Amino acid sequence: MAYVPLADRDHEMEMHHPHSWVGKYVWSQDHKVIAIQYGSIAVFTGIVGLALSLLFRMQLGFPDTATFIDPSFYYQAVTMHGMIMVVYLLTALFLGGFGNYLIPLMCGARDMVFPFMNMLSVWVFLVSVIILMASFFVGGGPTGGGWTLYPPQTNLAGTPGHDMGIVLMLISLAVFIVATTMGGLNYVVTVLQYRCRGLTMMRLPLSVWGIFVATILALFAFPALLVAAIMMLFDILAGTSFFMPAIIESGTPLDHNGGSPVLFQHLFWFFGHPEVYIVALPAFGLVSDVLSVHARKNIFGYRMMVWAIIAIGGLSFIVWAHHMYVSGMHPYFGFFFATTTLIIAVPTALKVYNWVLTLWEGDIRLNAPMYFAIGFIFTFIHGGITGLFLGNVVIDLPLSDTYFVVAHFHMVMGVSPVLVVFAAIYHWYPKMSGRMFHSGMAKLHFWCTFLGTYAIYLPMHYLGFLGVPRRYYALGTTDFIPQSAQDLNTTITIAALFVGASQLLFFINIIWSLRYGPKADPNPWGAASLEWHTPDTPPSHGNWGDSLPTVYRWAYDYSVPGAREDFIAQNTPETEEPTVDEQHFDPDKDESLADA
Amino acid sequence: MSLFKTITDKPWERKGIIGGLKPEGAFDAPSEKVALSVFLVVASVVFSLFTVGYFVRMELPDWQPLSEPAQLWFNTGLLIISSVLFQWARNIANSTNDKYLTAVFIGGGIFAVLFIAGQLVTWDSLQGAGFYMTSNPANAFYYLMTGLHAAHLLGGLWVWSKSSIRLLAGREASDVKLSIELCTLYWHFLLVVWLVLFAILSNT
Repeated sequence: MAYVPLADRDHEMEMHHPHSWVGKYVWSQDHKVIAIQYGSIAVFTGIVGLALSLLFRMQLGFPDTATFIDPSFYYQAVTMHGMIMVVYLLTALFLGGFGNYLIPLMCGARDMVFPFMNMLSVWVFLVSVIILMASFFVGGGPTGGGWTLYPPQTNLAGTPGHDMGIVLMLISLAVFIVATTMGGLNYVVTVLQYRCRGLTMMRLPLSVWGIFVATILALFAFPALLVAAIMMLFDILAGTSFFMPAIIESGTPLDHNGGSPVLFQHLFWFFGHPEVYIVALPAFGLVSDVLSVHARKNIFGYRMMVWAIIAIGGLSFIVWAHHMYVSGMHPYFGFFFATTTLIIAVPTALKVYNWVLTLWEGDIRLNAPMYFAIGFIFTFIHGGITGLFLGNVVIDLPLSDTYFVVAHFHMVMGVSPVLVVFAAIYHWYPKMSGRMFHSGMAKLHFWCTFLGTYAIYLPMHYLGFLGVPRRYYALGTTDFIPQSAQDLNTTITIAALFVGASQLLFFINIIWSLRYGPKADPNPWGAASLEWHTPDTPPSHGNWGDSLPTVYRWAYDYSVPGAREDFIAQNTPETEEPTVDEQHFDPDKDESLADA
Repeated sequence: MSLFKTITDKPWERKGIIGGLKPEGAFDAPSEKVALSVFLVVASVVFSLFTVGYFVRMELPDWQPLSEPAQLWFNTGLLIISSVLFQWARNIANSTNDKYLTAVFIGGGIFAVLFIAGQLVTWDSLQGAGFYMTSNPANAFYYLMTGLHAAHLLGGLWVWSKSSIRLLAGREASDVKLSIELCTLYWHFLLVVWLVLFAILSNT
């Protein structure tokens, strides 16, 4: 039973054309609608996560001003903020949102390979979010054990949400993993089997490469979280001792005996570190495409970029214990993980060089997406360099559990991917909606977000150097923490409130533009990749009208010498390549090139 | 096309249609089979991580090895028969004569159901002998790993039951050929997983 080429059986493909409003927008099997559903649910959850962060920042900046923020609520807010942002916002948005929207379009396919399973994936994701949110309404509230959910602390009576909160969190994560696996199988198989005629793997845009490899990471890393969640659920509900050691709670010995909390940590971080790259790799891919399009240059070092994505993906599975240096480990073990951590910086740095070299002598168009993409390079370099500090055991030990760590991971996997999310949404918004957004408002949104997040996280590095511990509800009177640290905390909170409020610019812009924005050109940025060359904008169900596209080149033919336009679409045949008559070609006199 | 050749390609140099209708790098198999293969790798990761957890936990002092019931040998035989029947069904589906296809395919599933029933009997006998899940981590791992394996089989039985209904409704063998092939692959995988789990549980 052999492979039958997609283009050969296009006529037999069942497209599940919707017949009603519900079929079109609710139980839709169209990857674009599912992408928007995934994205909307993720963004809604992210808004909850953002609101929680503003609340606990209130306590840190203005202690005891908001009386309802007691220690329990504080820890619950910190925990839920972390888990929501990492898993339910960023993972879901990059893979479920951008993955769903872009993979079939960039691969020249009509849809995902299994549309029904794709639809199921988004609804199971919604169920996971509902279970997560339900923990706010059960007795004891959501878990407050920190987003890493370390036992035994998470399961003990002193921790908020130790009864139902943690159970719902673990069930929600298990359900989320089911959704991610269903979606992930779709993304991987679509990229492998559903590319259109002529579209080799090495002609794929880097967005697809980033999402493809991140999906493979998700498929192999999330099982570790699933295993940890199942075993912890048994510890809580059935009274087993996989992770729970012999322990005395409020003077009473518990029934548990001999479990290994460090085993949980290994399982958690075997998922947790690849998770960083599950978020980062799609961001790397998307930002590469945005930079290339708006710099009117081919991405510098395409092959190296692909290799770097693959190398980072592979290496991400052998660095996990650098999150556990303080858990107590053999020095050689620490040495090994410090070494692999430094090695993974090599392909990562290579990507940064290539982004900068893509900009070098490019015909840079400072459109709103480009602002965010260039901003990402700054924040990612900062977050990446502090990662080199923390990857070394001797530097990590004193900095562990301080605000330096908080600043590091927020810069590298909070602010940086979120800037790419904004870059990508602004970049593909005209294709998704058929409308243009307000450019000025988008640029204002960039400056508020970019400068605002620096105002939040740059001072946090100094707090960390002072030794200010993370996760504390109140710092109290401590000799090594001067009053100036408290002043800095107040400043950070004001900046956080400002950044939080400035996100309204984004929401107002994209919602307002849906109705009132000027109609978008089908390819307003002059991009070469396939998704910009659909017959309809926004693309209709089935994407490609009567026949599937054929690809003749890679996705980065920008500013090709001798070409009349400053880009050549992937589906432009060689014979139809628009060229300027060489005898008369003079770039200074040629109007179209002079404009470009 | 080899992976090395793929990733050393210079896409900026090569123009025109490459690979014809079949995109380079695609597997010469139906998409469903590719998806199942990827899923089997994911499931392998899950079982492997449980096994790693088993060995790590085993090193701690409170571990008391469990004497696995002899009935597990009988259950293993049931699962082997189930897998053999699925392979037979696959061979019939690929041949021109599909006379016994329905009986063999349904028989394969029935033996899998018997295997699960047999596993439940071992659970019951262990409970009866006082080997509860909470008594010892070795017991807990036994229940957890055998339960997880049975849960995977139940997932397979759901697909098997759908295909069986189609066969009983008189559908052509060609209509369910792919489904039979995927069930066979899945059953072989679960047999291998079980043999590995059985070996680990019996020898530790």
